[in-house]
Amino acid sequence: MIIATNVSKQFGKLKVLDNISVNCNKGECIALIGPNGSGKTTFIKSILGMVVPDSGFITFNGKNIIHDWVYRQHIGYMPQIGRYPENMTIGQVIDMMKDIRHNSTTVLDTDLIEAFNLDKLMQKRMRTLSGGTRQKVSASLAFLFNPDVLILDEPTAGLDPVASEILKDKIIAEKKKGKLVLITSHILSELDDLVTHVIYMNEGKLQFHKSIEKVRTDTGEEKLSKAIASIMSK
Amino acid sequence: MKVFILISVIASLVCINTSLAAVITVGKGKDVATIHQAIDKANNGDTVLVYPGEYHEKNILINKSIALIGIDRPVIDGDHAYEMISVAASNVVVKGFRVQHSGKSSLNDIAAIKIYSSSYVTIENNIVDDSFFGIFANNASSCTIRNNYLTAYNKGEQESGNGIHCWKSDSMHIQNNTATGFRDGIYFEFVTHSIISRNLSEKNIRYGLHFMFSHNDTYVSNTFRNNGAGVAVMFTHGVKMINNVFENNWGAASYGLLLKEISDSYIQDNRFLENTMGIYMEGTSRIALVKNLFKKNGYAMKIMASCADNKLYLNNFLGNSFDVGTNGSISLNEFKNNYWDKYEGYDLNRDGIGDVPYRPISLYSMIVEQNPPAMMLFRSFIVTLLDKTEKVIPAIIPENLKDNYPSMKQLSL
Amino acid sequence: MQKILKYVVVDILRSRIVLAYTLFLLLISFSIFNLEDNPEKGLLSLLNLILFIVPLISIIFSTIYFYNSSEFIELMVSQPIKRKSIWLSLFGGLAVSLGVAFFVGAGIPILIYQPNITGFLMIIAGLFLSVIFIAIALLSSVITRDKAKGIGIAILLWLYFAVIFDGLVLFLLFQFADYPLEKVMVGISSLNPIDLSRILILLQLDVSALMGYTGAVFKDFFGTATGITISFSVLILWIVIPVFLSLRKFKSKDL
Repeated sequence: MIIATNVSKQFGKLKVLDNISVNCNKGECIALIGPNGSGKTTFIKSILGMVVPDSGFITFNGKNIIHDWVYRQHIGYMPQIGRYPENMTIGQVIDMMKDIRHNSTTVLDTDLIEAFNLDKLMQKRMRTLSGGTRQKVSASLAFLFNPDVLILDEPTAGLDPVASEILKDKIIAEKKKGKLVLITSHILSELDDLVTHVIYMNEGKLQFHKSIEKVRTDTGEEKLSKAIASIMSK
Repeated sequence: MKVFILISVIASLVCINTSLAAVITVGKGKDVATIHQAIDKANNGDTVLVYPGEYHEKNILINKSIALIGIDRPVIDGDHAYEMISVAASNVVVKGFRVQHSGKSSLNDIAAIKIYSSSYVTIENNIVDDSFFGIFANNASSCTIRNNYLTAYNKGEQESGNGIHCWKSDSMHIQNNTATGFRDGIYFEFVTHSIISRNLSEKNIRYGLHFMFSHNDTYVSNTFRNNGAGVAVMFTHGVKMINNVFENNWGAASYGLLLKEISDSYIQDNRFLENTMGIYMEGTSRIALVKNLFKKNGYAMKIMASCADNKLYLNNFLGNSFDVGTNGSISLNEFKNNYWDKYEGYDLNRDGIGDVPYRPISLYSMIVEQNPPAMMLFRSFIVTLLDKTEKVIPAIIPENLKDNYPSMKQLSL
Repeated sequence: MQKILKYVVVDILRSRIVLAYTLFLLLISFSIFNLEDNPEKGLLSLLNLILFIVPLISIIFSTIYFYNSSEFIELMVSQPIKRKSIWLSLFGGLAVSLGVAFFVGAGIPILIYQPNITGFLMIIAGLFLSVIFIAIALLSSVITRDKAKGIGIAILLWLYFAVIFDGLVLFLLFQFADYPLEKVMVGISSLNPIDLSRILILLQLDVSALMGYTGAVFKDFFGTATGITISFSVLILWIVIPVFLSLRKFKSKDL
């Protein structure tokens, strides 16, 4: 579904993405793992077209995404730090997104809005929100348009355990519908029940892209966190 | 008793008139058919009455002291070839004609009506249309030219004459005439002791009024409007200009009034409105400019450094782009009690006179004088900045070009 | 695109700065026309205001607005929307808001007190200057990542167009005083939209002052239909080129 071929990106002298080639398919739930500054977020932004690679290309359903924008209809994106127009209320932001993105064929998925109880906060301005509530808004927006692909950058950071569970359940439910889920997280323990594949990046390079079973058998560790730790210590 | 005497006096006058001066009528079924014949027949003191009609006569020469009077404005036509009326005798009256289509010749200076070396000639109530020169007085004295309406349709300066042209004349009265479309509306050269009043000179190709070497003349209540280069007066002393209007003289080299080598003169109560330059003065000395109004001119006045001892009192300066311009660094002229709408001073003792001097000249006007393309920056912020700086610390503008006693209120003129 | 434009305009209006700007212009315009007994002189004072304040407000406000809406831009970029639409909506929203602010604040008083060709030209020039300086602001801020640096550059740019450029021209004129520069000046004036607008209005306002050969040359050019057409084309270029360049930059900008 998403194929990245030899994608490189440099910020000044820093090589953030170094010749990354990845193939992501429907029904997979891929964990994007790596230390801070390994290029995970840049890679995600490249898929979204927010960062334009210096070389290499990315295709979405077989089409090159460069200068394309229509493919983003099929993506729900939850950024690491949700930044929204500060003067708008939650309601206005959601309405605006509906206004911009909604068309007759998509069925709105308001599960998370309800599960997070955002209905009661609709009149709150974005600038008054806590980090956690912001994340709730981000998550709700990512799932709202029932997209085929979900890209979640540190989805559970800042969420309380209850909200975190709600979100995880939602991700599992969507995965079961055959959607592609791309997820980055530092908290590896959370990913255990979710992921089918692991992409491990370090210093802009792709270290490996394996299925979770293969990671487990290779390392002999059951827990993802242990498995990764054993890889990193090598 | 008084009435009786009066009646008898009038009666006797009428008797004398009829007995001494004959009346000759011209026209179809009148005494004679042509004006030429009438003049041949006439004696000094006779009256020739011309009845309506078109008279295509070559060059009517009046060499006797007669009155040539048109009734209901007969037309004298020069067929674009001739001078129509030439007056070569004194005490002649030419009145009530329409004189049209003169010939054109720069060699002979053909005019509609021309006076040759005569005195006490009166030219009045004529309409001069499409002529080379209009009314031309050559070596005349004590003549009156009044209530004439002169029009020409000339294009270039070279192939056109002047409306009222006087040369080497004295004690002339030019009154209430209108001149349009000539080279110069009114032109004087070597004309002295004359009075020019209530004339309108507009839309002439070069100057509305142009005079040189014409001393001790007085100009009252004339209007000079929309002429190619305004009014130019040169090499003359003893000029009085009172209550004239100089307006709408636009153009790159246009003046309301150009004074060149003028001295000992008096300019009062005139209005200079919307001219490129209200007054341009060069080599002018000892003139008094009093109680004039300068409104909406580009420069109200430009005083070249060659001017000295001029007095500029009690004038109103309103809405001019520049009040005063000059080219030198010294000023020998005196400004006093003028009202300047750009004055920003104060009057603590409330005597109506500003407590700080007004400098009517701006640094920018000096810059433009030296470097004309700087005009491009007119009204830009940098110019304002320069002018303000210069006002606070004058360095370049003439130190003594200032009005020490500026009026706080507009003067009622 | 219209939808985003709508959100940009609503967002700008909500900030109330534009409202304050409008009221400020209204206050100044009416007080100028009421204090000056001569409405033409009022128009002249207003000219200085338009040439000075309007570019300043336009460039600073647009720059700050751009940096303050970085969140909004980021959000939009991750959505299925063309970057071109986002950028043009941003530009359009600023142009509409500041244009309306100028029209209400200065245009309406001019139309009340000086409903003639000069007044009309002045409104057009003011609108052009508003939009041109929005375009310049967007270009400078899309290039500069840092907000403080961006605002600094905006102020410098304004200073350049409002003052420094004219100073350079004056310097140039004196350096090359021996050469006939009148015709060159016509060309040079098109390098600065403020100068160009000023000259266009002045030729309507007090021609008599632009005298001498320079005046004649300027009038020969700017007074004709061709000259006016060229002048307005140049003003339009002053909008199109910065918008085009900034759009190109924005399309490949990493967010």
